[in-house]
Amino acid sequence: MWRLGREITVMTQGMSLWEYIEDRWDLIVFEAVQHASMVAQCVLVAALIGVLIGVATYRHPKSATLATAGAGVLFTIPSLAMLGLLIPPFGLGVAPSVTALVLYALLPIIRNTVVGLRGVDPTLVDAAKGIGMGRTRSLTRIELPLAWPVILTGIRVATQLAMGIGAVAAYVSGPGLGEQIFSGLARLGGANAVNATLTGTLGIAILALIFDGFFVLLGRLTIPGGVRG
Amino acid sequence: MAEEPQHGVPIELRKVTKAFPGTGAPAVRELDLNIAAGEIVVLLGPSGCGKTTTMRMINRLIEPTSGDIVIGEENSRDIDPDRLRRRIGYVIQQAGLFPHMTVAANIAQVPILLGWDKKKIAERVDELLTLVGLEPATFRDTYPRRLSGGQQQRVGVARALAADPPVLLMDEPFGALDPITRERLQDELLGLQDDLAKTIVFVTHDVDEALKLGDHIAVMQRPGHIVQYATPAEILTNPADDYVEQFLGGGSSMRLLRLTKVGDIGLDQVPYATEDADAPGLLKEIERDGRGYALVLDGMRRPLRWVTQTDLEGRQGPVGELGDPVGGTISHRMTLQDAMEALLNADNDNVPVVGRRRAYAGALSLSTLQSAIQSIKARERERRTRRNLA
Repeated sequence: MWRLGREITVMTQGMSLWEYIEDRWDLIVFEAVQHASMVAQCVLVAALIGVLIGVATYRHPKSATLATAGAGVLFTIPSLAMLGLLIPPFGLGVAPSVTALVLYALLPIIRNTVVGLRGVDPTLVDAAKGIGMGRTRSLTRIELPLAWPVILTGIRVATQLAMGIGAVAAYVSGPGLGEQIFSGLARLGGANAVNATLTGTLGIAILALIFDGFFVLLGRLTIPGGVRG
Repeated sequence: MAEEPQHGVPIELRKVTKAFPGTGAPAVRELDLNIAAGEIVVLLGPSGCGKTTTMRMINRLIEPTSGDIVIGEENSRDIDPDRLRRRIGYVIQQAGLFPHMTVAANIAQVPILLGWDKKKIAERVDELLTLVGLEPATFRDTYPRRLSGGQQQRVGVARALAADPPVLLMDEPFGALDPITRERLQDELLGLQDDLAKTIVFVTHDVDEALKLGDHIAVMQRPGHIVQYATPAEILTNPADDYVEQFLGGGSSMRLLRLTKVGDIGLDQVPYATEDADAPGLLKEIERDGRGYALVLDGMRRPLRWVTQTDLEGRQGPVGELGDPVGGTISHRMTLQDAMEALLNADNDNVPVVGRRRAYAGALSLSTLQSAIQSIKARERERRTRRNLA
């Protein structure tokens, strides 16, 4: 960090990083909020879809494998290529960015939901059935609460992923801090180019830490006492 | 709850068959079984003999391929499976408690499903914890992982009893416990059953557990049929065939000692009197009896002292405090094995046997016990000869 900082002051004539940030504070805050909001909303949607797909498929090995593999294939597409491919149907801006983020966030969520639900001790599911719980009740009262720590980890990983890929969304004029990075990279060598790139990168790192802290808190609040590690 | 517990109902299995697709021979084949209300019936057999399958068909965790199961008056086919299971307590190996719920929440699950109000559920939970020997204030709000295996299974039994079902299904509930805890829980189950009189179907592969708990035992053999359905004593003294005999293993005589209660054999009847009885009168009785001693009892007929002929000779007036204290006593509910242990450790050759409220019931000596054992052996010999002739 220290060496990086010195190089930056050398490279940017005139403005230091702090002066740059101070100068554009309002814009940076606006972009950070947009970034956070985009990631939060995408992960929320992905969590809903992902947990639903997981719940719908985990009982059947074939469909569960299919769902996980499908999400895995999407995952292997490079983010730039994915965004590029989404331009024809969705155009530029928010739509392709959100679609790409949701698709990427699906894999860890589906996979962890399936793994988590399958990891529930079958004797507990049998006990639930044996005392007269129906399928839905067993799922909501026994299986999902027991799988929740694993599912939550999946959502957490998906969030970190969406943070980084969200930056690339600027490539299709999506919202967020990616704009800083892309504009910086576009005029590398020019005034404030590195300042902009660095601001975007640091901003995303800070957002990622804040979100991660939120998940730690969420885990404390939602993981039942009897299964908390 | 002041309500009387609901007693058991009979269960009848009629030509019940279960064939799992693609496995050739059916797991259970045309099985008939009549279980009387309020009895513990043990399904005993090696793994793969269909005992668990049979049990799980009763609460329809496994659907029979054909045949009928009648619980009380109703055919289980006519009841919605979830509703049926709420009326049948279910206890599994290692308890199967839900780890994310407190002990109280675990026990409350069936009452919640049945829509009881919160106050009634809370009262019932405390009542059940007390019933299974767990202090409600200590255990109500703990999580299962903080409990020992034995405590977990107590909660498992409490959960099964929560809605006071007439029928309990127990699938090797004590299989994973250490021998001492297992014995204790078996004893407690028998104690509970004295009051509750549920119809209990109990699955195990442990012969001693079956002999101890079962009112009747169904010995099962692969593939899925019952070889013998009889009381424990009958199975020990008269096994239906070589398979049953082999499955019981050796030591049938020792098992009979463990199965037979002191109250079941002929006891010595020695002369006895209370402290205020006339000494010369008691002396005369001792002389008539010929054994040379008598028991002095208190006002509640509890044994106090042994008096001998010499203690009493030349005495006038009441017996009073003559003689030597009896030391230990043997309960009429002790097994012959425990009684033998007690006799070997006793100071006197004779030990008084006490019945209800520790009242005198007779006396036991090693020689009496020996003749009881001999008669058991004689019966066994007779059975073997009969079988060899057949």
